[in-house]
Amino acid sequence: MTGNPTHSGPRTLYDKIFDAHVVDRQPDGTCLLYIDRHLVHEVTSPQAFVGLRMSGRKVRRPDQTIAVPDHNVPTTPDRVAGIENPEGRIQVAELDKNARDFGVNYYPMNDIRQGIVHIVGPEQGWTLPGMTVVCGDSHTATHGAFGALAHGIGTSEVEHVLATQTLIQKKSKNMKVEITGKLRPGVTAKDITLSIIGHTGTAGGTGYVIEYCGEAIRDLSMEGRMTVCNMAIEGGARAGLIAPDEKTFEYVKGRPHAPKGAAWEAALAWWKTLFSDEGAQWDKVVTIRGEDIEPVVTWGTSPEDVLPIGATVPAPEHFEGGKVEAARRSLDYMGLKPGMKLTDIKVDAVFIGSCTNGRIEDLRAAAEVLRGKHLAPGVRGMVVPGSGLVRMQAEEEGLDKVFLDAGFEWRLAGCSMCLGMNPDQLAPGERCAATSNRNFEGRMGRGGRTHLMSPVMAAAAAVTGHLTDVRELMAAPVDA
Amino acid sequence: MDKFTTLTGIAAPMPLVNIDTDMIIPKQFLKTIHRSGLGKNLFDEMRFFPDGTENPDFVLNKPAYRDAQIIVAGDNFGCGSSREHAPWALLDYGIRCVISTSFADIFYNNCFKNGILPIILPQDAVEALMKDAENGANARLTVDLESQTVTGADGTAYPFEMDPHRKHCLLNGLDDIGLTMEKAPSIEAYEARIAQSQPWV
Repeated sequence: MTGNPTHSGPRTLYDKIFDAHVVDRQPDGTCLLYIDRHLVHEVTSPQAFVGLRMSGRKVRRPDQTIAVPDHNVPTTPDRVAGIENPEGRIQVAELDKNARDFGVNYYPMNDIRQGIVHIVGPEQGWTLPGMTVVCGDSHTATHGAFGALAHGIGTSEVEHVLATQTLIQKKSKNMKVEITGKLRPGVTAKDITLSIIGHTGTAGGTGYVIEYCGEAIRDLSMEGRMTVCNMAIEGGARAGLIAPDEKTFEYVKGRPHAPKGAAWEAALAWWKTLFSDEGAQWDKVVTIRGEDIEPVVTWGTSPEDVLPIGATVPAPEHFEGGKVEAARRSLDYMGLKPGMKLTDIKVDAVFIGSCTNGRIEDLRAAAEVLRGKHLAPGVRGMVVPGSGLVRMQAEEEGLDKVFLDAGFEWRLAGCSMCLGMNPDQLAPGERCAATSNRNFEGRMGRGGRTHLMSPVMAAAAAVTGHLTDVRELMAAPVDA
Repeated sequence: MDKFTTLTGIAAPMPLVNIDTDMIIPKQFLKTIHRSGLGKNLFDEMRFFPDGTENPDFVLNKPAYRDAQIIVAGDNFGCGSSREHAPWALLDYGIRCVISTSFADIFYNNCFKNGILPIILPQDAVEALMKDAENGANARLTVDLESQTVTGADGTAYPFEMDPHRKHCLLNGLDDIGLTMEKAPSIEAYEARIAQSQPWV
């Protein structure tokens, strides 16, 4: 047992939220943790609802359960007429039926509020500081940006939460990741989170809950903080957290499901206690200077395969142990040779979207780079807003015009090409500059090659047709 | 859920590090609304060429390993997506145990819900078992959950750590939900308390 299991002494933010949600604690440290918000999507829930039906169980707290289809939904306008793919159509229809039968909060595919579950939760004010949030989706870590303890679970656990509103958990270890100082122009939240994974590796966070802190994290907007926490899972951590502050409260205030009136004041009083105490125990500490972070891209098939844009493709011999073979396999899959400059890598496609970078600020940043410019010849580009409301906001700001004028497709909301469960996929061998979160083999389509990067870096690659240091295209500094 | 007590079987070596759940079961097979039937697509893009024919170089296509029940894998097995379709596919194929130096958190949890035993061993033990596994079908490993040991073909026994609660559930094939339902009064008391102190939840 690590961390601080008692209610005395200095505690981390994670300790505080965990302790506040313990329903039952066994002598071996196994806890029953109460879940405040359960987010549900169509891919990882059908079997859980079948389990409920078979055992005659109900959803314990439908009022705390929020469902939205996102993985399978097409992003083309013709989706109003229904989903063409029969299996995808069945999965979404199952969610429609399960949401209706069990009475959970639901945003159907053609509701303006529909979108990627991790964008809808915060947008609608379901995600609040100090809460426990789970979803059958690894990128649930996103909600940690609000100082909520949020992590992905499997379908059996989805069924467990539906039936009992609790999860069986043991306390993880505490890890502090501090980003000191200021970011340099052109460096964004995505570069922070990728750089951390490059530093710690994809298993570096295994067994830990990470709290991100430091001036560079404080300086980030809520959107940027969500980007950082979103990829905690790529670093292996169970969850990522950022202590709530005035920016958090400002973001939350007035959202449809945020507390109001006296409840708001009471909530605020509690939220202001949500920080790691002076003298709290950390099992691991990582410190990175914000000034040292560069715009980065991935070159391989693991999110830890990350390098500053000015670097060259590494040789497998550069690594140790099992990573040597893994790097060889990655380079073969990616069609790259050691020693070539990253900026010499040509792209065929650019994808801007996902729960990592599909929020309004991401679209603004990408549009700023693209304004008055055009996709390089032969490059296709797709922008997929994270929710219907993000799309609407972007249109009000005229960002859709910027993307369309630049030659991009302007799509409806969904997970889209990030995992290619809908028709948005890469062809074999096709290479994509992507703002998503995983560069695994086949992730965006069998044989497709993914380079992960920030929205401004993806926009820069779109303009030049090859991986590019966005700072070379920047007229003025871009906000992180 | 099936109990897990002991298992003697063929171990397939997969030394690659960071085998992710997209590799274990690619996204096109997540459109199912059932738990069963995923074994035929386990490791699909590694196991089959795009035209659907078998890749003879992939370990589970080699005659010695077709009936493997154990995988000995490189570091950080099961990273990436939370999809429980990954353990479902392993189970449906017949894999009941995976041995590695480390597992990704969500995959590790998911195994226990499906009667699959994920075993964490030190680097040198995994390397020794990997060599054993590379000897093919004659190299059977024995896994005993009660005594928490893996025994190699040469009789060397490797002890492993296991959470007592998880061990108990796996040995007895216990359903978590049933156990938690017995604690309904505690859940109700918690909810009543929160309704007072944090009405916005």
